Amino acid sequence: MDNNIIEVKNLKVYFKLKNIFGKKKNLVVKAVDGVSFEIKEGEILSLVGESGSGKTTTGKALLQLVNCEFDVLKFQGKEMDLTKKGLNSFRQKAQMIYQDPYQSLNPRQQIIDIVTEPLEVNKLISSEEERLKRAKEALEQAGLKPGEDYFFRYPYELSGGQRQRVVIASSMIMSPKFIVADEPVSMLDASIRTGILKLMIELKEKNNLAYLFITHDLSLAWLISDRIAIMYLGKIMEIGEANIIINEGVHPYTKALIRVMPKAGVKRDGLRDVLEGEVPNPTSINSGCKFCNRCPLATEICFEQEPEMKRIGKNHYAACHKLEENSEE
Amino acid sequence: MKLLEVKNLKTYFNISSGQVKAVDDVSFDLDYGESLGLVGESGCGKTTSALSIVQLLPKEGKIYGGEILLEGVNLAELNDGEMQKYRWNDISLVFQGAMNALNPVMRIGDQIAEAIVLHQKVSMKEALIKAGDILELVEMPRDRLMNYPHEFSGGMKQRVMIAMALACDPKIIIGDEPTTALDVMVQAQILNLIEKLRKEFNMGFILITHDLSILTETCDKIAIMYAGKIVEIAESEELFKKPVHPYTNKLIGCFPDMNGERKLKEGIEGAPPNMLELPSGCLFAPRCEFASDICHQSMPETVEVGPNHYVACHKWEEMINGQ
Repeated sequence: MDNNIIEVKNLKVYFKLKNIFGKKKNLVVKAVDGVSFEIKEGEILSLVGESGSGKTTTGKALLQLVNCEFDVLKFQGKEMDLTKKGLNSFRQKAQMIYQDPYQSLNPRQQIIDIVTEPLEVNKLISSEEERLKRAKEALEQAGLKPGEDYFFRYPYELSGGQRQRVVIASSMIMSPKFIVADEPVSMLDASIRTGILKLMIELKEKNNLAYLFITHDLSLAWLISDRIAIMYLGKIMEIGEANIIINEGVHPYTKALIRVMPKAGVKRDGLRDVLEGEVPNPTSINSGCKFCNRCPLATEICFEQEPEMKRIGKNHYAACHKLEENSEE
Repeated sequence: MKLLEVKNLKTYFNISSGQVKAVDDVSFDLDYGESLGLVGESGCGKTTSALSIVQLLPKEGKIYGGEILLEGVNLAELNDGEMQKYRWNDISLVFQGAMNALNPVMRIGDQIAEAIVLHQKVSMKEALIKAGDILELVEMPRDRLMNYPHEFSGGMKQRVMIAMALACDPKIIIGDEPTTALDVMVQAQILNLIEKLRKEFNMGFILITHDLSILTETCDKIAIMYAGKIVEIAESEELFKKPVHPYTNKLIGCFPDMNGERKLKEGIEGAPPNMLELPSGCLFAPRCEFASDICHQSMPETVEVGPNHYVACHKWEEMINGQ
C-alpha cells in the first residue's frame, strides 16, 4: 500500500482577486477546492477537465509552485519537507513538462545549456566533459540522435516535436521519480504526438516514473493512463481506472463529457447531446454541488449541500447526490 | 451543377528564399447542403486552399492555375472588386481565433451590421435589425447586440463569428479550425449549431481542421491533404473503414480508437517535407514504409478506387488487396 509516490489530501488553492478600483470587497477564486488523490510509483493519473477547472493549478500546487493549503502532502511516503532545503531536494525528483514548447524554452539559450541547466543549478557536475556526456545521454534518451548535433543549436532551429523532446530531455536529466505533464502534446500535430507519447511511456517504464498527466482530451487520457480523475471547478467529480471511467462512469458530468467526445470513424445520428451553458464564473459559485447549475438530474439537495466522495467500486469514487438514481437509468 | 467545384487549383507563395507550392493541383467539389472536411498537419495547405477560394491570400501568395467554379462562375479570374460581390454574400469564413478576430472596441451589433451594410444595399438601421435576427439564430439573446467582445466568453465569441458569417445568407461557409481553441463541451455546442444551420439553409460547409476525430460526425466527405496535395478523398465512413493511402492509414492510427484496444499505435516517422525543397516523386515517399523506386521517381496520378473515392498513390492496388 505504501508505494505511493505522492499523496495529497484536501488540497486547496485560493487566489485573491484584487479589485483594481478598490471598491468592491475582495473576490476569491477557489481554483482548487479540496482535492485528494494519490499516485503510485510507475502510475499515470490523468487529470481531465475543461479550461478553468483547476487542472494545471493542481499540478503546480503538487510541485509547490503556487501557495496552497492542504491537510496531508506526502512524497515517497514521507511528509513533504517545506523548508528551502527540503524543497530543493524534492524538486530534483519531481519535474514539470509544460504545454507549449515554443514558450517554455529560452530562445537565447543553446540546447545544451537548456538541457544541463538543472545539473548546474544543483551543482551536480564537475567538469565540462561530464556536462557534454550527460547532455548527450539525455538528448539521445529523448530521441534526438546523435545528441551532439543538437548541442549548439537554438530552439528556433528545431521543429515543435523536437522542442518538446528537448523539454523532456531537460526534465529527465535529474532522473526524477514524478512528473507533472501539463498538456504535453496539445500543441503538436497528430503524427508527432504519438512519438512524444511513446517516448514518455518508454521513459516511464525504464525509470519507474509516475506521471500526473493533465489534459482536456478524454480519449487521450483513456489511451495512456492507468487512472483518470475528472475535474470541474476545482473539485474532482469522479476518479477511477481509465476503462471504468470511460465505460462505466457514473457522474452526470463524466457522462456528458463522454457523450460529446468525438469518436473517429463513427457517424453520429442527429445532434450531439450537449450540456447547456458554460462553466460558471469561479468567483460566484453556489454552496451546493459545483455542477448543479448544469446538471440534468439536480434537485434541491444538490443546490444546498456539497456531495461527499463515495466509493463506487474498486479504486472508483464519485461525488454526486444522485448516484443511485443515475445508475438506474 | 455543383455548388462549388475546385479544379487543379495551384496557389504558390513567392518568398525571398524561393517558391512554396502551398496548394498544388488540388481538386474537390461541394454540393448544396453538403459538408466537406479538409484535414492535414500544419503547413499542408488547408488554410491556403480556403483563402484561395475567397481570394484573401497574403500578398506573397498568388493563384497560378486552376479554376474555382462557384455555380459555374470562375472566381479565380475575377479581380478584387468583382470578388467583393461574392465574398460574404456567397462564401463566408469563420476563423480560428474568435477571440482575436473581433474588434475589441466596437459593439458586436455594429460589427455584424457593418458586414451587412458593406455587402448589401440596406441602411444601418435595417442591418442592425437583421443582426439581431441572426444573433437569435445562433441562440443568443438579441439584447447582446449592445455588448462589447470582452463581455463574452470564448464560445459566445465564436457564436458571434458564426453569426457574422451568416449575415448575408451565404451559400457556403468555410470554417477554419472553428472550434480548435474551445473546450470539448463548447466545441460540441458550436458543431451542433453549425450542423443545424447548415441543414436549415441547405448551405455547403467546408471544415478545415487537424483533428480527424471530429470530422466523421460532422462531414459527409473528407479530403486528406499532405504537403499541398490531396492524397485521398472519400465519403467519411468509407475513409475510416477502408483507407487506401498509407498516410491516411497512419493518420487515422494517430487518433485513439475508443472501441478498440488501449494501445498507442505507430506514429509517423520523420516530418513533412521542407516546402522549398520538395522531394521528387510522391511527396510522402520519404516517410512511407511501402515506397519503392517508382514512388521516389514519379508523382502518382489520382485514381478512382471506388465510388467517390479517389487516391493518389502508386501502390493503391497493393494497399486495397493488402487489407
